[in-house]
Amino acid sequence: MSFIQPRYAAAAPRAAEEAAPIVIVGGGLVGLTAALDLAQHGLRSVVLDDDDTVSVGSRAICFAKRTLEIYGRLGLGARFLEKGITWNQGRVFHRDREAYSFNLLPEEGHEYPAFVNLQQYYAEAWLVDACAATGLVDLRWRNAVTAIDGTRLSINTPAGDYTLHADWILACDGARSFIRRALHLPFEGQVFRDRFLIADVRMQAPFPTERWFWFDPPFHPGQSVLLHKQPDDVWRIDFQLGWDADPEAEKDPARVRARVAAMLGDTPFELDWVSIYTFRCRRMESFRHGRVFFLGDAAHQVSPFGARGGNGGVQDADNLCWKLAAVLRGQAPESLLDSYDAERIPAADENILNSTRSTDFITPKNDAARAYRDAVLELSAQHEFARPLVNSGRLSRPYNGYGTPAPDAPVLRDGAPDWLLRHLGRDFCVLSRGDAAATMLRTVTLGSDVEDHSGLAAARYDLAPGQAVLIRPDQHIAARFRATDAAAIRAAHTQALAP
Amino acid sequence: MIPDPDAFYAALMDAHRDLSPEDSRKLDTKLVLILANHIGDMRVLLDAIALAKPAPRA
Repeated sequence: MSFIQPRYAAAAPRAAEEAAPIVIVGGGLVGLTAALDLAQHGLRSVVLDDDDTVSVGSRAICFAKRTLEIYGRLGLGARFLEKGITWNQGRVFHRDREAYSFNLLPEEGHEYPAFVNLQQYYAEAWLVDACAATGLVDLRWRNAVTAIDGTRLSINTPAGDYTLHADWILACDGARSFIRRALHLPFEGQVFRDRFLIADVRMQAPFPTERWFWFDPPFHPGQSVLLHKQPDDVWRIDFQLGWDADPEAEKDPARVRARVAAMLGDTPFELDWVSIYTFRCRRMESFRHGRVFFLGDAAHQVSPFGARGGNGGVQDADNLCWKLAAVLRGQAPESLLDSYDAERIPAADENILNSTRSTDFITPKNDAARAYRDAVLELSAQHEFARPLVNSGRLSRPYNGYGTPAPDAPVLRDGAPDWLLRHLGRDFCVLSRGDAAATMLRTVTLGSDVEDHSGLAAARYDLAPGQAVLIRPDQHIAARFRATDAAAIRAAHTQALAP
Repeated sequence: MIPDPDAFYAALMDAHRDLSPEDSRKLDTKLVLILANHIGDMRVLLDAIALAKPAPRA
């Protein structure tokens, strides 16, 4: 089977002037994730999208464990596991031999694997349905923002124009963000002088479900190639072309077919989607501008090596939505929203750093860089020490700068196997080992609410009997307590809401 | 200190003898990576890089 591109009906203006508390500009992966997260906190939003469909092409295909856990919290985790291609192992080849391999999830006992590969359009289509099911998301297709003045948006639709007065705006409108450009906000960074060709091909192929990366393979000499499996027998092949390649000529299907055939030999295949890209690593100076927030590619951009674009954006939404909910419910001061900037800018910088380093290895900038890259690859054939230097992309890991993301662990609930993260909920909660002091917060107690039969939950949270941790709504550990002292827990909760 | 500096230097020169500039560069890059692995101490490695860099022009 294959995906049928949905076409959603355009939303006509309801009035010349309207108001909405939260407006999300961009109904892509990040905007829809934010809308669903806000809805689960009970908040209504209007989502504006200038198109009438989900992602055209597979685009962000690698969903990292942390992102899957977020979708688990949002109720979509099982769909990713069921439809997606699970993988943990990566292999790097140099010419015709293996140079390095890595396993991204060396330990057992997590509901979600290191990665699931899934075409972005599936994720977006599920998010559209899940948003609709909440009854709180007003998703308006073919509503293009044409101007922004403060938080007043001018919107063009096929049925006419209108004005939308927002209290808060979440700009999730991608790397070429209209909102960012209209506000004249700088977006500076490094451009890489290289071009890449994405070919999604449909075929029955015997490759294992692993990430395979080649440097200088016999079928594409002098350049690199990346191969990834997606659902529906679709394979992502990413060919490095070099800066001098002619992007128009390279899109010619006959030319793409010849490149793929050189790699696959006699395996029959069909071309599903072709795209040529160059990339940059850059970010905005600040992701909050008054009542306008920037999320995902609108705020920061990375190279695709490392799967840090889509995953970074989903984690932005995860960070911001509970804070906005707490402020709008009057539980936290508006200053809590500044912590979005304080927490997600270092996370974006970490993604940019890793992505830049990988790109520098894959696309050497000068003769010295190429000589070192080739020396590392040659040494890696015989010498263990050189293998960790091989950099074909350091894949997305959760950011640890604002508390460790709550680790998962297998537990028993009423005697049946279950997962700990499913019980942490979407508000602040206290996870304790043994009896916890009564606070206003929901408490999950290992030993009574869930049984930590393997001992992994206590070990991963480093909880001795009588100890507890406070977990934020985005399932990050906010504080640790040597004893479950109610006053200390209340103080930590107050601090987490007003940092 | 290297116990027999002349012998070390001669061995290094011998390794490069008759190599093309490309092959010499390859030998040197491999040598740097192998030696860096032997040192294994980031502070010492960063000091060495700083020592080897051309002095900034006044």
